[in-house]
Amino acid sequence: MKPPPFAYHDPRATHEAVALLGSLENAKLLAGGQSLMPMLNMRYVLPDHVIDLNRIEELSYIRERNGAIEIGAMTRHRDIEFSDLLKVRCPLMHEAIRQVGHRQTRNRGTLGGSLCHLDPAAELVAVAAALDATISVAGKNGTRNVAFADFPAAYMTPAIELDELVTGATFPCWPAGHGYAFAEFARRHGDFAIVSAAVLIEEDGGGKVMRAAVTLGGMGAAPLRATALERTLIGEKIEQGRLRELCEPLRRLEAVDDIHAPASYRQHLATVLARRALIQAHARIVERTVP
Amino acid sequence: MTDTRTIAFTVNGARHETTVPVRLSLADFLRHELRLTGTHLGCEHGVCGACTVLFDGLSVRSCLMLAVQADGHDVVTVEGIAPAPGQLHPLQQAFHEHHGLQCGFCTPGILTTLIELLRDNPNPTETDIRIGISGNLCRCTGYQNIVTAALDAARRMSDDRG
Repeated sequence: MKPPPFAYHDPRATHEAVALLGSLENAKLLAGGQSLMPMLNMRYVLPDHVIDLNRIEELSYIRERNGAIEIGAMTRHRDIEFSDLLKVRCPLMHEAIRQVGHRQTRNRGTLGGSLCHLDPAAELVAVAAALDATISVAGKNGTRNVAFADFPAAYMTPAIELDELVTGATFPCWPAGHGYAFAEFARRHGDFAIVSAAVLIEEDGGGKVMRAAVTLGGMGAAPLRATALERTLIGEKIEQGRLRELCEPLRRLEAVDDIHAPASYRQHLATVLARRALIQAHARIVERTVP
Repeated sequence: MTDTRTIAFTVNGARHETTVPVRLSLADFLRHELRLTGTHLGCEHGVCGACTVLFDGLSVRSCLMLAVQADGHDVVTVEGIAPAPGQLHPLQQAFHEHHGLQCGFCTPGILTTLIELLRDNPNPTETDIRIGISGNLCRCTGYQNIVTAALDAARRMSDDRG
């Protein structure tokens, strides 16, 4: 098995990559290679040019600025997994990343690659939706920011132009003491989830929800924010019986039917996983407040 | 006409400088050019883990990398893990004693994966091992003896360190 012939470019700076993208026809960006390389090996993609981003050091960083975490597009999953900053400031991402592929996948895979490949069930894509991330995009006219809600254009298709590249993403942090949980169901460890639920909650001193974000991955072409549930959770106390009622409408969300699972199964998973993740997120708040 | 590029990198401690087609995978380079056929190719699309090698000390699937990407880097294959010719790495010894392999096809990938795991986590639990090798498929052993061997190797290696 062998990729089709292509010309290979390995720029050292982002502006060089942008210039190449703007001047070459039928070019593909190579990030961690965990999706593009299989597609090249199987000749699902036939680019005339491969622009390898792995030697652009400026695209690899994790830093905090203005209450948000900024991560470079070429930051590897491994670096996200072992980042102490993310563990403290973005624990949802820390929990989700450990469910991305296997050790070998995470040693090479990158944030930008996951976001642009935009698999509907990808963990980092769900995290970006949950945290209302902003995606930074560079093109010939400079850089622009895209709210994650506007980032998926279609199935596995980001809303960026052919001559643009994602340089990084900004993830606003939730306040210290918030509850979080990432729950997914996959057939085998390391597989893409059939459905995943990413939950963030803040509670007041009396244990009532003040703010909630409930994100479901794997239901459709892009992660789905369960906005109706997020609204009804406000003022509620997280409690098993009540959650059963509150999560029940998730069973009526639209879901895809495919070889992995029928829509009804995904709807059931959404209902169950959202509830479990909410309970775990709440338990984490309680754990921290009980001395 | 396939583009080529001259690259220089180390494999199992030996430096190589050579010209490769840019579309050549690292796995095919190791096997066909360097004749290091210990690295096996199962699925060639990043699922089976048989082609795992250590790239700057980290386990990677060599079927998902291009040889040109190794320029300036350090690669270790299963041929490079034993301390000296005629000797076995403690992991290899444990696999031998615990019947951690049958046909041996997956073994190079599992050994390289476990070398990284035991370096990062010298006292792993059984769960750590099972999750650690979850990206490596074995169709013979049912994994049981692989896990036993890995745990035994971890014990021996920490005893050696005193």
